[in-house]
Amino acid sequence: MTALLSITDLHKRFGPIEVLKGVSLDVGKGEVACIIGPSGSGKSTLIRCVNALVPFEQGSIKVLDIEVNDPKLDRLRLRKHVGMVFQQYNLFPHLNALQNVMLAPVHVLKRPAGEVEAEARALLKKVRLEGKENAYPGELSGGQQQRVAIARSLAMKPDLMLFDEVTAALDPETVGEVLLTIRQLAEEGMTCVLVTHEMGFAREVATEVYFTDRGAIVEHGPPKIFFTAPQDARTKAFLAQIL
Amino acid sequence: MSKPLPVLLPLGAALRPGGQNFRWPRLTAWHGVALTLLLLLTAFAANADDGTAQAGVFSVLVRWTPLLLRGFALNILISFLSMAFGTLFGVLLGLALISPALPLRGPAWAVMQFFRNAPWLVLLFFMIFLIPYHMQVFGQKFTMADWIKAVIGLALPVMANVAEILRGGIASIPPGQWEAGESLGFTRRQQLWLILLPQAFRRMIPPWMNLYAILTTSTSLASIVGVNEVVTLAGQVLAAEGSRPALLAPVYIYVLLMFFIYTYPIAWATRRLERRGQQGS
Repeated sequence: MTALLSITDLHKRFGPIEVLKGVSLDVGKGEVACIIGPSGSGKSTLIRCVNALVPFEQGSIKVLDIEVNDPKLDRLRLRKHVGMVFQQYNLFPHLNALQNVMLAPVHVLKRPAGEVEAEARALLKKVRLEGKENAYPGELSGGQQQRVAIARSLAMKPDLMLFDEVTAALDPETVGEVLLTIRQLAEEGMTCVLVTHEMGFAREVATEVYFTDRGAIVEHGPPKIFFTAPQDARTKAFLAQIL
Repeated sequence: MSKPLPVLLPLGAALRPGGQNFRWPRLTAWHGVALTLLLLLTAFAANADDGTAQAGVFSVLVRWTPLLLRGFALNILISFLSMAFGTLFGVLLGLALISPALPLRGPAWAVMQFFRNAPWLVLLFFMIFLIPYHMQVFGQKFTMADWIKAVIGLALPVMANVAEILRGGIASIPPGQWEAGESLGFTRRQQLWLILLPQAFRRMIPPWMNLYAILTTSTSLASIVGVNEVVTLAGQVLAAEGSRPALLAPVYIYVLLMFFIYTYPIAWATRRLERRGQQGS
């Protein structure tokens, strides 16, 4: 299988601090990569580098045939292929759910509004928010907002979805509905990279689990092996703490 | 951020998230009642003082009311035009302030700081004496009346303050909004016009109205440079009435009352909008 996302020897500095010290990983089409690890280990920075939200100094990130570490990078083209969902949802509060989903396809892809609206309604139905089309973000629960945010990203028909701790800000009772939506996506074959603290979810849905610590990938493997027989001492300590 | 002019403190405080606790006293209906009582008090005092030989204070006020109102209309006209031009150029300056391009942002910042911190009266003097009375543009002769120069002089600080209101309004939107727009593939311009400005607009309205109320009262500064606005006319009324000292207080309080009646509804509406904004967020 050819890799859809390929990261090679990625280095990222914030001033004197090197937060990513040579990270490499490959994600094939339809795979679900879960990145776990203690806070401050550079997980979020890693996936923010992938869609060029954060610039990096050294290394290579390739999404399909697009090299992100290129001064002439066509950001628009990259972002058409990569969707991103944030911890804080970041919905547009002045627009209702339907308008949130429609905004990018209409203005970025310049597609006709009628066509986009039909798709947007279908997407909201898919994330089980039928009937909430006219609700504004302020009227929705955290879990509902996050599902609108997922639908908003899907409306761009991306090849790769990035999830940056999307359940970390949610009430426990709404975490499940968001994870269910992501699981559905994964089962439909969407390629996903998740930064997450949901170990149970990673175990069930991931095709590969990566453990990062202090800016490097310490260990990775399929969830069955990773969770039952971790090799590295740091991984063991982390899992012992969390499970 | 530089320290705002004291006169603009409510505006500055409104923009700073930390400044929420501080509440500058606002115009209330009680100020109007107090002014009216003061007017009555000084008028009766003046009547008692001058005896019966001269006209009563109230008949003097009534007689000159049409003239004073015409003067006040000029104040309102000056305030309208200054606000319109100041807002137009202020929005452009504000957009330059939030530009990622330093060659645009740097000079815009300098212009904003200069006109925001320069005393309004000084700017007014500059305009009155710098702009020639007769101007020739494309062979057409123009006469620049003093009140038009006053409009330009007052529009400058309005421009700087509107620019800062816009910059502050945009800055108050969480950075996640830029990021979300960015990762959906919007250009920076689209992010600004489709995502940031529509949200910032609602937050910008109350300080903008506040600025207008301040501007309206500041139009009286034009009296110092000889514009025939209401304060200048009040002085002329006093002279025409033989400069009776007892008339001084009632006439000026009367003018003050005009300003109050005009600005009070604005202050009221601003307060309502602010309250609604706080409930909304």
